[in-house]
Amino acid sequence: MTPFTYERAGSPAEAAAAAARTPGARFIAGGTNLLDLMKLQIETPAHLIDVNGLALDTIEATKDGGLRIGALVRNTALAADRRVRRDYALLSRALLAGASGQLRNKATTAGNLLQRTRCPYFYDTVQPCNKRRPGSGCAAIGGVSRQLAIIGTSEACIATHPSDMAVALRALDASVETVQADGAPRRIPLAEFHRLPGDTPHIETVLEPGELITAVRLPKPVGGRHIYRKVRDRASYAFALVSIGAILHEDGSGQVALGGVAHKPWRVEAAEAELPRGAKAAAEQILAGARPSRDNAFKITLVERTLAAVLAEARG
Amino acid sequence: MQKLVPSSLSRRDLLAASTASLTGAVLAQAEDASPEETAHADAGTAMRPPIRAQVSFTVNDRPRELDLDTRTTLLDALREHLHLTGTKKGCDHGQCGACTVLVGGVRINSCLTLAVMHQGDAIITIEGLGTPENMHRMQTAFVKHDGYQCGYCTPGQICSAVAVIGEIEAGIPSHVTPDLTGTPELVAEEIRERMSGNICRCGAYSNIVDAITEVAGSRA
Amino acid sequence: MKFDRPATQNPIDRLKVVGQPLDRIDGPLKTTGTAPYAYEHHDVVADAAYGWTIGAGIAIGRITRMDLAEAERAPGVIAIVTADNAGLLGKGDHNTVRLLGGPDVQHYHQAVALVIAESFEQARAAAGLVKIDYAAEPGVFDLTAAKGSAIAPEPNELTGPVDTRIGDFAAAFAEAPVTLDATYTTPDHSHAMMEPHATLAAWEGDRLTVWTSNQMIAWATADLAKTLGIAPENVRVVSPFIGGGFGGKLFLRADVLLAALGARAARRPVKVALQRPLIANNTTHRPATIQRIRIGARRDGTITAIGHESWSGDQPGGGLETAVSQTRLLYAGANRMTAMRLAELHLPEGNAMRAPGEAPGMMALEIAMDEVAEKLEIDPVEFRIINDTSVDPENPERPFSARALAECLRQGAERFGWNRRDPRPGRTRDGRWLIGMGVAAAFRNNLLITSGARVRLDGTGQVTVETDMTDIGTGSYTIIAQTAAEMMGVPVERVTVRLGDSDFPVSAGSGGQFGANNSTAGVYAACVKLREEIARRLGFNSEAAEFENGEVRSGNRAMPIAAAAAEGDIVAEDKIEYGDLSERYQQSTFGGHFVEVGVDIATGEARIRRMLAVCAAGRILNPKSARSQVIGAMTMGAGAALMEELAVDTRRGFFVNHDLAGYEVPVHADIPHQDVIFVDETDPMSSPMKAKGVGELGICGVAAAVANAVYNATGVRVRDYPITLDKYLDRLPDVA
Ligand SMILES: Cc1cc2nc3c(=O)[nH]c(=O)nc-3n(C[C@H](O)[C@H](O)[C@H](O)COP(=O)(O)OP(=O)(O)OC[C@H]3O[C@@H](n4cnc5c(N)ncnc54)[C@H](O)[C@@H]3O)c2cc1C
Ligand code: SF4
Ligand code: FES
Ligand code: FES
Repeated sequence: MTPFTYERAGSPAEAAAAAARTPGARFIAGGTNLLDLMKLQIETPAHLIDVNGLALDTIEATKDGGLRIGALVRNTALAADRRVRRDYALLSRALLAGASGQLRNKATTAGNLLQRTRCPYFYDTVQPCNKRRPGSGCAAIGGVSRQLAIIGTSEACIATHPSDMAVALRALDASVETVQADGAPRRIPLAEFHRLPGDTPHIETVLEPGELITAVRLPKPVGGRHIYRKVRDRASYAFALVSIGAILHEDGSGQVALGGVAHKPWRVEAAEAELPRGAKAAAEQILAGARPSRDNAFKITLVERTLAAVLAEARG
Repeated sequence: MQKLVPSSLSRRDLLAASTASLTGAVLAQAEDASPEETAHADAGTAMRPPIRAQVSFTVNDRPRELDLDTRTTLLDALREHLHLTGTKKGCDHGQCGACTVLVGGVRINSCLTLAVMHQGDAIITIEGLGTPENMHRMQTAFVKHDGYQCGYCTPGQICSAVAVIGEIEAGIPSHVTPDLTGTPELVAEEIRERMSGNICRCGAYSNIVDAITEVAGSRA
Repeated sequence: MKFDRPATQNPIDRLKVVGQPLDRIDGPLKTTGTAPYAYEHHDVVADAAYGWTIGAGIAIGRITRMDLAEAERAPGVIAIVTADNAGLLGKGDHNTVRLLGGPDVQHYHQAVALVIAESFEQARAAAGLVKIDYAAEPGVFDLTAAKGSAIAPEPNELTGPVDTRIGDFAAAFAEAPVTLDATYTTPDHSHAMMEPHATLAAWEGDRLTVWTSNQMIAWATADLAKTLGIAPENVRVVSPFIGGGFGGKLFLRADVLLAALGARAARRPVKVALQRPLIANNTTHRPATIQRIRIGARRDGTITAIGHESWSGDQPGGGLETAVSQTRLLYAGANRMTAMRLAELHLPEGNAMRAPGEAPGMMALEIAMDEVAEKLEIDPVEFRIINDTSVDPENPERPFSARALAECLRQGAERFGWNRRDPRPGRTRDGRWLIGMGVAAAFRNNLLITSGARVRLDGTGQVTVETDMTDIGTGSYTIIAQTAAEMMGVPVERVTVRLGDSDFPVSAGSGGQFGANNSTAGVYAACVKLREEIARRLGFNSEAAEFENGEVRSGNRAMPIAAAAAEGDIVAEDKIEYGDLSERYQQSTFGGHFVEVGVDIATGEARIRRMLAVCAAGRILNPKSARSQVIGAMTMGAGAALMEELAVDTRRGFFVNHDLAGYEVPVHADIPHQDVIFVDETDPMSSPMKAKGVGELGICGVAAAVANAVYNATGVRVRDYPITLDKYLDRLPDVA
């Protein structure tokens, strides 16, 4: 961890401006991902802007019947919110399936969205990694890749986005609210928020330098059965091999997003028309064009079988 | 932020938690920061002298004022600066739970938070729960049920356990809570899921759950 | 004291204190965070500087350039230790590779430098400024690929013979009406103890003291002296509390050497804790194995041929993972063979981890037994009992000192409700779960090792025991206190136990589940001497004197024990030494593991629902801490069954998942309530304590019981550990 200066920001606009102004500045919220990476010198900010004092820790009803979740609402608080539990159970379930109680008590809504990959080679700083050091190569391709992505990958990177929460938000058609360095607010649909690796795996979202997330917005509840199914080797405190976040309606229609398969929460809206035809048909379309490695080809079967279980649970 | 209050902690323990100070100011200015955020530590930043900052909080009710390198985690502040070594470092990366402490009554991993971010906080460590002469009943229950072996994960388990009972009582759901709109119950399955952020390689889990169940049961 | 005849009646048999389920005497310290571990001796050594270890970034090759200039100039840096400036270093007898590498690199994350600075933060940051260039060389990292080149190494004391042959295995196997020929694999495992390897080192002139975390004080002392090239008398090793070891802290490791070198270079105390991401590759691990098992049986279930071959790999100069050792002893069968082969690999050093040999060996053998039982259509519990033996099957002259395998299995089957198991796999459902039950035998040898202790009585009647024995969570403090209390006839509160210091008499140490029996036997020996001296001073005939309730009594004369020390402390020191009882009798511990699992019919996730172990391990010195040893071992066995694997990058030559998020070990949610039953047994051949070990018995066989349960649940046999869903998902019933 290299030395850094530290300030507590007073307002969102001020924080964004300070971040844009100060070279090498980063926001710190829960710190559970940023500090982890700073200890390994994967992240080396010269200046930390502590955003915990910004009053962005409330969940409010919006005019259109949805919810506006402050960027600093802790994962525990979000999962426990009565409205979320009632109307967006998928989100509660996804949050509760992630990390541990201690981590969720610190982790924030914004930080969770922006957490970086758990690719083991990304974490091992002497290994080539295009995400960590652009142009250095990708040690994971041809290496140990059981956990890594099967779809939307590139020649440069096959990492996954590890967030459970983001999978739920994707299925829920959430959007992200920000303020940019010049103080201008912006709203980004979650579908467009995370990027695929392409040639620039080190650029993970569409955020501009200094852009501060202020909230995540949920549209008004759509009802249906909310199911989050996370498949992992150990029963808790583990990242997903594959996860499925689904909202399923009586008529067989639904929204489905996948975790553990791609560089972002994976959702193919067009494939959702196949849901009434069953898991096999839908999974085939959702994963059309998948290019798994030998280590993670099982994820294709796993997605299909897990989706089948999710559909059965929704029916039952 | 929602405060989770394990009811075995006194109100006094938690008082300072909500007064998180707003005295924050720019504590030092970057002189020669690197523009490339994701790059390897370049000599410029790494060669900078440590940047120090002051922070005050209470630990186990005692006010503490520290002048620290900003890089110091809460865990290292406790262990290396305050010599409160009851809180353990198992991984330093949020992967084991040995460093669990209660901040404002909420359990967190002290290895993944900076000390300077705790201005005004009320921190409770294992030493604050009880002493060998005057043990907290969770500590007594761990001894009775042999809820430990090497003892290294134990302070974290105990801090977590105390908080878990509070979380269940506060109605916070977990991954295994069958009905999200209902109230979670104080049952073994809930305890196991919620304690899963505390790894015990000695494998004392079965006994730890017995200890927690006893304490939880005796409260009901 | 020489123990060369079977134990007869002795004061331990009173079982007033020994054998009682006492709470641990160190419990209040551990649960309040006041037990000091290696990195935490602020009270003894103020002002220690901080060391940060740099591990090699290649698996094999050379450092071509090491640029320390910037790091040396970094704020707070005091010194940097490398092979270049460390002076001539030796290598410990128990180390295969050097603890400080450079310029040659022998494995990934081999320590190549220690950066010492005023603060932890400064040391860590400065380490990032050290620039190292390497010339990597090709290495061998894939056991499967290297199997063909494996050789039969020279046998030694640890491995026993590399090949054994009894009768005519090939002919008997060819003739057997029912046969199994199957190959199993077990992966590399990491000890992953919760306390990282850590050391605080301080020099006083020529004398070095290290506060560390080590299971075997005498080995560490000797190897540290040898590595540094100094006299062992000048080295003191202190390790009162150890945050888990499981074999990973049996040996001198890099933290100790680097702290010592660092303290010398910095001219002040230095402390070093290996960073978690370094531990898996920097330290030792349980090596992977490939095991071929052939069993031939008659239709009545009698095994006529049993063969077990194992391949493992290690660094040049390293040793075998002795995965066939239990097969030499566990089941009858007139025609037998075993063989072990060793391949040269350039992965990190392989070495002992909890029940080396038997743990991976039983993982394979006990699936094989399940497979044969199924072919025979004989219940797997019965099949094992049919092939029970009361003598060493390779050497029928040698009986077992005690062997309650059949009893363990029978009791376990009864308690577990084994009769409710449907032998036809894939038939039992509970909602989304496929349910299965599995059984395996447990087996681990009992080792007899010289162990010493010193006992002191003071004028207040307090008894103090000192021995370099360690407590790695095993309960040594408590059982040693119980032993001394029983021997001296005082309550356990009147006993102080001081462990883990090379100033104390050398004990067996903690390893190979030999700690409890041997170390308490050493304390027994010292107490016998102390009793004699007390009796003499108080004018009793020591043969007739009884020590009870704080008094020495004979006939109707009684004196408080404290009176003997009125003039000054009485100190007695002795050690237990063994004759040939372990050659005349095979001494082993036995058990039965029973497991119920649920396998999610859709996702294939396997979760354990019930676990029971029944153990026969001689006298149980403290049922509470012994039970903990067993449940802990069952938990580690559950990890081995379902999740633990150091993932090898066979191109780059290292364990990729080298932290606690990547290397998954069981968490609370993985482990159900666990039951343990101890069969009533005393073994007079083992020691005056009549005890044996349990800490490793508990892990041997668990993983196979889980594997067999998964098979019973699903009908899919997986022979490659860990049994993760990717290995059988496509063979589960259709769910679409
Ligand atoms: C052992 C372990 C296991 C885990 N398991 C899981 C799991 O199973 N599932 C899962 O989903 N997650 C898991 N996590 C990850 C955890 O959820 C994240 O670390 C956490 O959500 C990050 O939130 P934070 O507030 O702490 O972020 P921080 O660490 O504070 O920040 C993360 C990033 O977000 C940026 N940032 C923070 N706030 C803002 C803002 N308002 N605007 C713009 N940028 C901002 C920071 O600059 C930083 O780059 C695990 C973590 C650990 C350590
Ligand atoms: S997959 Fe992506 S994150 Fe992993 S090593 Fe390759 S480039 Fe880096
Ligand atoms: S030391 Fe903080 S979680 Fe391991
Ligand atoms: S008691 Fe040793 S890790 Fe839990």
